[in-house]
Amino acid sequence: MILHTVNKSPYADQTLLSCLRAASEKDTLLLIEDGVYGALKGGEYSALVESAAPRILVLAPDLEARGLLDKLSTTIATVDYAGFVELTVTHDKVVSWF
Amino acid sequence: MKSFLIITRRSPYGTSYGKEALDAVLMASAFVPVSLLFLDDGVFQIKQHQDADCIEIKDYSPTFAVLEQYDVKNIYVSASSLQHRGLTEKDLVLDVEVISDARIANLLDTNAVVLSF
Amino acid sequence: MHCIDTDREGYLKDLSDWSADVAVQLAESESLTLTDNHWEVIHLIRDFYMKYKISPTMRVLVRQVRDKLGVEKGRSFHLLTLFPDNPLKRLSKIAGLPKPPNCD
Repeated sequence: MILHTVNKSPYADQTLLSCLRAASEKDTLLLIEDGVYGALKGGEYSALVESAAPRILVLAPDLEARGLLDKLSTTIATVDYAGFVELTVTHDKVVSWF
Repeated sequence: MKSFLIITRRSPYGTSYGKEALDAVLMASAFVPVSLLFLDDGVFQIKQHQDADCIEIKDYSPTFAVLEQYDVKNIYVSASSLQHRGLTEKDLVLDVEVISDARIANLLDTNAVVLSF
Repeated sequence: MHCIDTDREGYLKDLSDWSADVAVQLAESESLTLTDNHWEVIHLIRDFYMKYKISPTMRVLVRQVRDKLGVEKGRSFHLLTLFPDNPLKRLSKIAGLPKPPNCD
């Protein structure tokens, strides 16, 4: 059980796509920093992210900073910093994609 | 006088390119006619409701509203960049002209100097 | 007199420390006595900074003063009389704003 983090916008960078190819359904993918742009609804990558194998979460403060609370895909849940820490504890390892 | 087109293509907080593009627009506008184009992830710089205090960064999206005072009247946003990201003109903090890829090609042609950030 | 926390050039370190009393003290350190004519420009530049999060250039400041306070005051000469030598710098300092960039 792996916690993946992605911190790049899928609209500018291949990092999210690489991560999704490597992640399995047992895993969790947390979108952080510019990675939160991957959690938008109605965008080019929305369908891909919404149907991805791992569970997808997004870091709330990074989402809020970028003004995206009103654009969050309905299938994606948010976590705060405390939730992030908990995820790192409940998963066997963390893989950072950056 | 040579006209400048400044293209801003990066998201607002991951790098400093966006802020640097804005500074370049403000400075150049004192000397030459300047147009500004938001392209690719640059459109996220003028997304409404930003609050970078959450991540302890200065939110510079309010500064774009000053451009009119600096005689920067031509502010463009790529229609395809908005559409790919599920955004519309209504999601933006600024009055802008949403333009096609063909218009963008035309802007690159007609401006003497093009700076991309 | 309260001790005001400024940098070496006299600009407030923490912009939220600003008050009318602080402005009076900052003006005294510049050997200026504030009149109504000073105050209206101080409020104008503070409003500008709060709204746009940047300091205006001298050119933009003059235009703002002209638009908000009238043609008579909207001249570099009026600002130079109020804040001699370098109006933008002295005004920014007294208004509790950061040192303006040097590019105008």
